[in-house]
Amino acid sequence: MTVSVVSPEKILFTGESTQVITRTLASGEIAFLPGHAPFLGALTECHTRIYMADGSIVDVAVHGGFVEVSNNKVNILSDVAELAEQIDRPRAVRAKEAAEEHLKREHDAEVAASLSRAHARLNATGGVTGTSAGAH
Amino acid sequence: MAGGQERILRGRIRSVQATKKITRAMELIAASRIVKAQMRVQAAVPYSDQITEVVKDLAAAGAGRGAPLLVGRGEVKKTCYVIISADRGLCGGYNTGVQRAAEGEIKVDVLGGLGYELVTVGRKADNYFRFRGYNRNANFAGFSENPTYDQAREIGKHVVGLFESGEVDRVLLVYTRFISAGSQEVVLRPLVPLETETVEGGDAKPAGGGGDYEFEPDPETILETLLPRYVEARIYAALLNAAASEHAFRQRAMKSATDNAEELIKSLARIMNRARQDSITTEIMEIVSGAEALGTGKATNVRYVDLDDSEITQSANALVSSAGTNNANDL
Repeated sequence: MTVSVVSPEKILFTGESTQVITRTLASGEIAFLPGHAPFLGALTECHTRIYMADGSIVDVAVHGGFVEVSNNKVNILSDVAELAEQIDRPRAVRAKEAAEEHLKREHDAEVAASLSRAHARLNATGGVTGTSAGAH
Repeated sequence: MAGGQERILRGRIRSVQATKKITRAMELIAASRIVKAQMRVQAAVPYSDQITEVVKDLAAAGAGRGAPLLVGRGEVKKTCYVIISADRGLCGGYNTGVQRAAEGEIKVDVLGGLGYELVTVGRKADNYFRFRGYNRNANFAGFSENPTYDQAREIGKHVVGLFESGEVDRVLLVYTRFISAGSQEVVLRPLVPLETETVEGGDAKPAGGGGDYEFEPDPETILETLLPRYVEARIYAALLNAAASEHAFRQRAMKSATDNAEELIKSLARIMNRARQDSITTEIMEIVSGAEALGTGKATNVRYVDLDDSEITQSANALVSSAGTNNANDL
């Protein structure tokens, strides 16, 4: 099946894939295999994995958006999505630490959002390692 | 003396030449940016196409009957105009076109007793409507040549807020659509509520693909998060179109400025050559007549006053130099 990750500014990625795993707003992770029934879902910040036909895995940090599946095509629409190779991991680590520090003192929706973005980025680039893993 | 005019003309030609260099450079820059802007317009198409598809799918599934962003409010009492113009001038009729189209609509509204709000994008439209004392609700500026999605998001948030708070009953976009490098047109498009043909899924998806979607979460919730994105995507597309149009207009304006400069240089050069020729002619005339006066004066003097011709030569010289020639002594 064809998978494409589309942001408003460009098509980030498109290719033939055997499986896609992403996470919807309501009910957690969902995987699409070829021939999946038509599906439409709203996505949350997540680490989306695209299993390519040649066995490699493409990691994408998707910060909200939608997934549409029809005719053996998976379209991921996202305002902000980043391929793993574009992510600045040290920066994400710093952002995560700063956000966690802030959240210890007070709750702030914006900071919480930045923390989940940082988590998505870290997950896409090899997982949240080190301090307070698994906060997601 | 006549040489003064020539010098003035030379100065003007130099200044026109300098201006021409600038307009030529601006033309080339604009031309290269059209291509880039055009590519960005193209690159934004897949996203907006697909998000439109998704809205159609949802509408087909029956979602959105109650969503105000889709169905709108029955009576329109106040319209919000989102006017997309440039930050800078020197782009021919680009800003004027958009401003005039918007102003016409606003006047119709005012005559009909309806209210309006203006959301301007770009400094030029803001200045124009401020000077004329219109209600300006908000201005977004500083990115007209190179808009990003973040800016579209800000504008979208603002207008959706205006609509949802009930301050305005519909939102119209006024911008310049980019058709090709040679043609652009000012268009007025409804932004909120969304166009009915989109909502009804008028041009339905080809058979086999449509219908029977699984939704997660339910269609209403998806639609709620989707519609603001859709509005943003529309604004983003309009911004990109406007940016490409701006470059195209600027390129054309600068091309004609360069052509005009060339023509001006040509005609000024002609006038200058003429002036130079005139002054040379005058000089020759003066020299010749001076020499003649001198020659005849000498001849007569030689004949009649042998002893003292220095005084006469001097007076002849004085006559020649008062006629304005520097070269009298070279004779």
